[in-house]
Amino acid sequence: MVGDAISHAVLPGIVIAFLLTNTRDSFEMIIGAALLGIFCTFLIEFFHKRAKLQTDAAIGVTFTWLFALGVILISVFAGQVDLDQECVLYGEIAYVPIDLWITDSGQNMGPRALYIASLTLILIILFIRVGFKQLYLTTFDPAFAATTGVSVALWNYLLMGSVSMTTVAAFDSVGAILVVALLVGPAATAYLLTDNFKKMMLITALIAIIISILGYYLAVLLDGSIAGAVVTVAGLLFALAYLFSPSQGLLTKKFQRKQINELSPDAS
Amino acid sequence: MKIEAKDPVVEFHDLTVSYDRKPVLWNIDMTLPQGALIGIIGPNGAGKSTLIKSAMGLLPLGSGYVKMFDKPLDKVRHKVSYVPQRETVDWDFPTSVLDVVLMGRYAKLGLLTRPRKADKEMAMNCLRKVGMETYIDRQISQLSGGQQQRVFLARALAQEADLYFMDEPFAGVDAATEAAILAIMQEMTAKGKTVIVVHHDLQSAAEFFDWIVLLNMRLVASGPIDKVFNNEMLQETYGGKLTVLAEIGELVRKRQIPSREKY
Repeated sequence: MVGDAISHAVLPGIVIAFLLTNTRDSFEMIIGAALLGIFCTFLIEFFHKRAKLQTDAAIGVTFTWLFALGVILISVFAGQVDLDQECVLYGEIAYVPIDLWITDSGQNMGPRALYIASLTLILIILFIRVGFKQLYLTTFDPAFAATTGVSVALWNYLLMGSVSMTTVAAFDSVGAILVVALLVGPAATAYLLTDNFKKMMLITALIAIIISILGYYLAVLLDGSIAGAVVTVAGLLFALAYLFSPSQGLLTKKFQRKQINELSPDAS
Repeated sequence: MKIEAKDPVVEFHDLTVSYDRKPVLWNIDMTLPQGALIGIIGPNGAGKSTLIKSAMGLLPLGSGYVKMFDKPLDKVRHKVSYVPQRETVDWDFPTSVLDVVLMGRYAKLGLLTRPRKADKEMAMNCLRKVGMETYIDRQISQLSGGQQQRVFLARALAQEADLYFMDEPFAGVDAATEAAILAIMQEMTAKGKTVIVVHHDLQSAAEFFDWIVLLNMRLVASGPIDKVFNNEMLQETYGGKLTVLAEIGELVRKRQIPSREKY
């Protein structure tokens, strides 16, 4: 899965940007990560198309290699930088309120992460608004899209670049492993609940918000890891959707079948 | 055997295409006529799909060129429509029948413009033509193979092109859908549009097409059906599988290939 791959592959980009600028949450860090994300997508496509590797093999080789590079970079420069493997892998959202953006004049602007996340949100919304038709077309039917003159490669790289950006924005809070759950979990849950693409996007956003709030309070209740609790809630909501979804839920279907059987007593 | 079209709408010139340095198409050189229903026929692996994919710019050409309306494809994209094989898309994609057909209008819209009311009406008309107007809100995964093919055809109609390339539109569809699709194609060609179809069934090919292209990595024959669709040419195309061919040849001879005037 490409989202999974990108979430890991952006690591060297983050570390390199961090080493160059020596600040966290910087704009450079997002750029570094986005570039690595696009590079990762490019490598996967390259191995798949040119070396005739299966997609999953190409993904597996590419992102583990890039992630390993990132881990080496962190361990080599561990003494000099404030970026440890624990934090990269698991993140810690509890530090967000402490990590403030203080301007040169000493004005406290609030948590840095809030600005990074807001900027990402605005950019992503703009991107989807502008490119909706092209993204829709190239995802559903790339061959047809190409014949109408839409550049499938360009839109694929733009999409993957935006996935990379989102990943970095969420990185600090939940780390490289759990960010995958947040990329995929809400969307997968929404997919079970509707078959309308636009509704699916809205439901995804709604579910993501619910997951964050419930997850936070679960962590407070248990006095445990916030990221862990958030992802646990994401998993639970997915399970609920899987069982009770109005159209494709496992139990819903069983229940409907039972009703049909009761209505037609002849049927065995 | 090759017969050149008088007023060609597509011209293949010395076309060679290869996958991984293995040539799939050799030296294809032919012209195809306007307003005809054209069948590209040949055995598996003959390069039928490759031929139309390379015409649509989806594959790199080894050598040669393809011209449509006497121009390169990039200049006339809005006049050309391509219908991919049904299996090439993910039918579990969360989208509705109407949304798929609206994709046919996208190329006519700007980057920021959403489909307008007129586009929706146009898409509805196309769905009506293929008999799918009652399915507009249906999720595409709930369609049968024949219905999926009709939706693809409606999307192509919504493009309002003059030249259509269709990859196996008759594969795995029921008899009713087959007849419906054929009727629409005949209506299109009657209006002067050109429809080029990759097809693998020899028996129905004899009834469907006005013009036949016989292909087996190289061009075996291209011409009006009554001139090129005969036992000799089919044997040359299909090689050793003689028994089957003899039977079909017999069938073709008996029917004397119904021409379209008889309909």
